[in-house]
Amino acid sequence: MSKFTKKKSNELPPVNTASLPDIVFMLLFFFMVVTVLRDDNLLVQNKLPKADQVEKLKKDRSVYIYAGKPSARYQDKYGSEPKIQIGDKYTDLSNIKFALTEARQKLLPELQDKVMVALKVDEKTNTGMVTDIKQELRDLNMLKIIYITTPGNEIEK
Amino acid sequence: MARRATPEVNAGSMADIAFLLLIFFLVTTTIEKDKGIARQLPPKEDVVDPPKIKEKNLFIVNVNRSDQLLVEEKLMELKDLRLAAIAFLDNGGAPSGSPEYCSYCKGKHNPDSSDNPDKAVISVQNDRLTSYKMYIAVQNELVAAYNTLRDRESERLYGWKFTEKTKDLDEGKIKGEGAKVAIQEKLEAIQKLYPLKLSEAEPKKSGQ
Repeated sequence: MSKFTKKKSNELPPVNTASLPDIVFMLLFFFMVVTVLRDDNLLVQNKLPKADQVEKLKKDRSVYIYAGKPSARYQDKYGSEPKIQIGDKYTDLSNIKFALTEARQKLLPELQDKVMVALKVDEKTNTGMVTDIKQELRDLNMLKIIYITTPGNEIEK
Repeated sequence: MARRATPEVNAGSMADIAFLLLIFFLVTTTIEKDKGIARQLPPKEDVVDPPKIKEKNLFIVNVNRSDQLLVEEKLMELKDLRLAAIAFLDNGGAPSGSPEYCSYCKGKHNPDSSDNPDKAVISVQNDRLTSYKMYIAVQNELVAAYNTLRDRESERLYGWKFTEKTKDLDEGKIKGEGAKVAIQEKLEAIQKLYPLKLSEAEPKKSGQ
């Protein structure tokens, strides 16, 4: 009966790795597509408060305002008082209007009327500063705002 | 002319190179996760004739500079704020038979609290020195109160949750223009039952 017993080698066949580069490339392309390199260089500390009743931000029609204490490496130069940042530089409260108009002009023309202001404010900032910003926004008639938060809840700790 | 066959390029290191790139992008990737609480600011106009709001239709939330809550003149913990706001909004104090009667309210129908959700206004007063963290936490709880009530009503009327459908609509999970419009209309109907009426008073200067 030895006629039917096939000769079996005891060695395991090596795993074929020929498709490994393809798999890796696929992953690579995925990450290349979803990557958004930060367009604003953060100059302020930005630890966002937590909230869970949130809505999504439509990125194409938004202008960002950052506020908080200057980052550690800028504190020597600018002190530790909370500051406002629009685009890549610090802005004074009186200068917000100009900076915002400038930022708005960078959006698509058809979306400029629907502009939404995203407030990224550090959780340790005072509400007073946010109120000041909001007053300026009302002057500019940019009434849609969104307080950017991180997922979570203040109560459950 | 005899041509020499070009030797095959060794592609063995291809995977390594791709891995290197992959790791680079993995590290630099920040998948956009910007979410937050959206608000509409009141336009800057002088209100000629401010609407009169009855004391009982007003729910005053006061946050002081050491982040303590004073709700309707009583000290309150943040965790109790949601339920207190729900009780206020859902009270339906107008007597049955009157045009302001709230038929869907499941609250206590206490005549000393809000008449109906349309009349009920929540007013938040902050100190300038209130921390932003607390401010957002309070806003979050109040929005949560509205969302809870809206969820309840949409479940009763349509069998789905308001917040879940809003999210589906946001994420584009609902296909077809017709379906979208239909959902949008239903969402607006629910919003009408419990309209978001949050007022923010100008914060007081601290220590004055």
